[in-house]
Amino acid sequence: MTAATDPDDSSGFKLSQLIYDTRYRAITIQVLTVLAVGWMAWELIGNLMSNLAARGKDVSFGFLLNPANYDITESLIPFSSTDTNLRATFVGLLNTLLVAFLGCILALIIGITAGVLRLSNNWIVAKLMTVYVEAFRNIPILLWIIAVFALLTEATPAPSAFRGDDPTSTMKLWDTVAITNRGTYIPRPIFEPGMGLVAIAFVLSIIGAIFFVRWSKKRFLETGKTLPNFWIALAIVFGVTALVFLVMGMPVSWSLPALTGFNFQGGLQINNPFLALWFALSLFTGAFIAEIVRGGILSVSKGQTEAAFALGMRPSKTMNLVILPQALRVIIPPIISQFLNLTKNSSLALAIGYVDLRGTIGGTTMNVTGRELECVILMMAIYLVISLIISSAMNLYNASVKLKER
Amino acid sequence: MNKSVFLGALTVAALSAGAAAAATLDDVKAAGVLKCGVNPGTPGFAAPDANGVYQGFDVDICRAVAAAVFGDATKVEYVPLDSSQRFTSLSTGEIDLLARNTTWTFVRDVDLKNEFVGVNYYDGQGFIVPKALGVSSAKELDGATVCIETGTTTELNLADYFRANSMSYQAVPVATFEEAQSQFLAGACDVYTTDASALAAARSAFATPSDYVVLPEIISKEPLGPLVRQDDGAWGDVARWTLNAMIAAEELGITSANVGEMAAGTDNPEINRMLGVEGGLGDMIGLPNDWVVQILTQVGNYGESFERNVGEDTPIGLSRGLNAQWKDGGLLYAPPFR
Repeated sequence: MTAATDPDDSSGFKLSQLIYDTRYRAITIQVLTVLAVGWMAWELIGNLMSNLAARGKDVSFGFLLNPANYDITESLIPFSSTDTNLRATFVGLLNTLLVAFLGCILALIIGITAGVLRLSNNWIVAKLMTVYVEAFRNIPILLWIIAVFALLTEATPAPSAFRGDDPTSTMKLWDTVAITNRGTYIPRPIFEPGMGLVAIAFVLSIIGAIFFVRWSKKRFLETGKTLPNFWIALAIVFGVTALVFLVMGMPVSWSLPALTGFNFQGGLQINNPFLALWFALSLFTGAFIAEIVRGGILSVSKGQTEAAFALGMRPSKTMNLVILPQALRVIIPPIISQFLNLTKNSSLALAIGYVDLRGTIGGTTMNVTGRELECVILMMAIYLVISLIISSAMNLYNASVKLKER
Repeated sequence: MNKSVFLGALTVAALSAGAAAAATLDDVKAAGVLKCGVNPGTPGFAAPDANGVYQGFDVDICRAVAAAVFGDATKVEYVPLDSSQRFTSLSTGEIDLLARNTTWTFVRDVDLKNEFVGVNYYDGQGFIVPKALGVSSAKELDGATVCIETGTTTELNLADYFRANSMSYQAVPVATFEEAQSQFLAGACDVYTTDASALAAARSAFATPSDYVVLPEIISKEPLGPLVRQDDGAWGDVARWTLNAMIAAEELGITSANVGEMAAGTDNPEINRMLGVEGGLGDMIGLPNDWVVQILTQVGNYGESFERNVGEDTPIGLSRGLNAQWKDGGLLYAPPFR
């Protein structure tokens, strides 16, 4: 045994040391594992290739440059049926990113609100939040998506109900918003020349506000005097922008939805599949985030609150300056997972006809071209990249709030 | 995995030796059951009856092939497939035969490595709208919202038709036939478009069919037919000649009622060859000599199957139209049994 662990006794290296010597054994096992995994991957790919060859199929991504031949109703960029499959994929990707982005924001708002309210001393509020969290956490997301979609479709009137001299439905908010079973139509701003200056003023005022907040913090550290930073910053941004907007003669007009032909035309159309997916994903993920937030807040010991109160801090300051900075350390990492889940869950969009990545490259393009393997590989790669980007961005944020050891 | 690697290698070896390795007919015989891909639910074409047994015009193709192979039309395992799964299921061998109102197109035949064995229903894409909309032609549909099943040829035809006529539309993509109907009935779309036969089937299932009209325009050719994998010509022959036998039997006047009598021998040599009285057609195709007799006894000829499932006396109420025998002005034309 001593000979095996102490190779100085023997002259030179023996092959048996690879197994019996603890210094080499770990390396031996790792090399063997890598070889085994590599061999399995090689066999799997070889198997796939020979099976594809046997069926006379090749692996080629050339179909991406062929015309897609189908139309996509919801598209953030211009798209027609003569555009390529690649562009269709891109349209789907943008739709996925749109619903994922808006979903993450809404889920965060809902989650933080519900999580904090569940800790409320008000019995009714706390119990209502408990009901919300438990109902959404414990029912599969697909059912919620379909349920919200069914609600939007069945409980709202068809566009034809708005027609005629004595319509059964009317537009809401002074005839500017139409809620139908196909979607919600809201006024769409049309920017006229001069709006560019307003946008520039908006950006400049944000930069100005950032400088103000920095100055104010510096002043606080030097003199101990505080200012209502948030409200002043808000006033700077909106005051300046509104001023420029008025000076330029209000360079914006509105396109209002109006019932012409089969549908409402004009305005901005927000389709029901998108709304249903957005709401369902946000409510579902929000329930998980609420629990994460509640857990994070509870993880900060009560003594911290009591100490803050003893120093004379108001409850809002206690929350913002004492509890949340400590709770965020616990909250952020699991919220990253929730954002990733939400993004991946958005691929259930197909069930209600929202054309996302799964509906383009993984749906119609795949069916029409029959290139299942290529489409699935591409789709997986895209989801992987999206998820990695989200998680690295959130990790950067996490690094800024985590415990700083001094 | 080792087994599939081995099988894959075998297939490559066999192909390089110039012989067809896939012997689906032998596999089906060994399994004792035909795995047949069908539509999950289109009344008249493929839908489970009150006992949960699939019935319909497409289902009859499955039953006919089972009757030809086993002499028993009930030896079928039905695999309900939606439009996006069907070709993958076939190419991976999950099913042996796909009889699911599938349009025969170049890409599906050539690029997807399928083999269409014939056409059992000549169809075309049409539109259905609520009568209250006051639309009488598809040319008036500019700006309409259209419900459409994703991943089907109908989606492509729709895009082509509206583009050719310089009209715009909003597509409401739906995954299944049932979903499309519920969306259409809820008014989430103005128009529902699919093959005219399926429109008739859908309309028959509506609460008040008379409130809906099928527009006169047929915007595409949709030859619907059963298909098999391309790598097995012998199995393709079985499916092809089963369909041909049903069509030829109607032309020659052989029905489920008189097939027993005719199987005893007739003056018509073609009938005798078909029914296995003369010649050895069964041996050539690898089936029992009475295979056509079994098809006709248990399933019936093309006309019988049509009238029973989708004909004018059924709720679907389709007329023969293009699907009449060539002698009657239709397109059905079976090659000779010789």
